[in-house]
This record gives sequence, structure tokens and C-alpha cells, in this order.
Amino acid sequence: MPPSSDFQAKLEGQRAYLLRYATLQLRDTDRAEDCVQETLLAALAGEAGFGGRSNLRTWLTGILKHKIVDAIRRSSREPAMTLEPEGDESEFDALFDPRGHWAEAPSAWERPDGALERSQFLAALEACLEQLPARTARAFMMREHMGLETEEICKELGITATNCWVMLYRARMALRLCLEQTWK
Amino acid sequence: MKMMLPCKEVTHLVSQGLDRRLGFGERVALRVHFAICGGCRNFDRQMKLLREAVRQLGEADGPRGAGSQST
Repeated sequence: MPPSSDFQAKLEGQRAYLLRYATLQLRDTDRAEDCVQETLLAALAGEAGFGGRSNLRTWLTGILKHKIVDAIRRSSREPAMTLEPEGDESEFDALFDPRGHWAEAPSAWERPDGALERSQFLAALEACLEQLPARTARAFMMREHMGLETEEICKELGITATNCWVMLYRARMALRLCLEQTWK
Repeated sequence: MKMMLPCKEVTHLVSQGLDRRLGFGERVALRVHFAICGGCRNFDRQMKLLREAVRQLGEADGPRGAGSQST
């Protein structure tokens, strides 16, 4: 049975959202577009699998996640990547006094519980994510968004577990600092 | 065992605690530290909130996104 044009239109309606989502994780518009295209084609071919069971966006995002993981796997096999974490840990030394105590203690963030606060917090977070170095951001998203285990990330990025922890630490510290400025 | 970790060490342990299972001694050291350090307690809460929020990123642009239409 050919896909209904109604369904096709609904899919097209999600394209912009999916592209933003993929770009955030891949940091490469071309590759993000490829992933979205593959996702929409797979969705068209699998309309029956959707069957209106769940939210269309959630369903598409699920497919897209797999495409992104595939794309990350492909690119991590390509050479010419540095194996060191970007920057080093001393970048955050200024946050602490010589004895290792906070120079300026972290503040108590208000929990974004309301609908408006939540979308504002997510928007601030997205803006902060965009400022991370590309590989750091990718490792962080693989861990925190895709939910991959550290071992898998090490394998995909070709780094040691220790380097992986350092990268994730750096991502969290940088995001925290960024959010301290945009979210109180 | 050194009873009082510096805050800088605590931030490393809190972060690693999100990626691997901490040892017994490490968990005790964190507990002891949190009991007297408000800054690190805030840091720990910020890290948890960060994790929660990043998981929600794909769900929707707004508050009514994933799952709102599912049964």
C-alpha cells in the first residue's frame, strides 16, 4: 500500500524539529540532514509500524536516534581525530582556591517545575550545549542523551575510560558554568 | 583515610558517580563532605538536574511533548 499523502505531510511537518535535534548532536548540517532524510524515508516505509500508537514526534525521534548513533559510529572509524580530550582539566582550576575549596560556591538552582520554566531551562541548556567543543559535546550527548555506557563511548571515540570521564567532567563543568549565568 | 576531601575532588567524584559505580569509601567520603558543604550539595543537585534535563531534550520543544497523545 502506498503511503498516504496525509501521513507524508505530517512527516514533513516534523522535519525542522528533527533537523535541529540531529544538528545538536552531530554538529554537522550535512550529516544531520542525511540522518533526517533517512529517518523520514524509514518512517514512510514503516507507516504501518507507527499505526497512530504513539506520539508521531516521539516515534520519529526514536528512529532518528538510531540513525545518529550509526552516523557517529561511521565517523568515529574515520582517522584524523585527536585522541586527547579537548583542553585540559586545569581550565577549571580558577573555580577553586589553592586548597581546593570553592572560590565561589555553586548556587541553589531553582528547579524548573512549571511548564514555562521548563521550556526556558531547556532552551538555555541547548544554547550552552552549542558552546561546547564538538567532541566533548558528542561524548556528553552519547552518555546523557542516548544513555550509552562509558565503555561504548570509549570504543566509539577510541579513547580510554579515564579520558572519557575527563571529557564528561569537562562537559558538565562547562555546562554548569554556562547555566549559572543564564539560569538562577 | 582522609576524611575531608577538597571540593575540587568532590566535583570529580560526583561526575564520575554519574558514569561508574563509586566504591564504598568514595561514597562515604562524599556523604561526609555533603554534610558540611552547602556548595557541593548544590553542585550535586545541579548535576542531577542537568542529567534530567538533557534526557528531556529530545521529547519536545515545549512542555507538552512526548507521550501527551499516547494512551
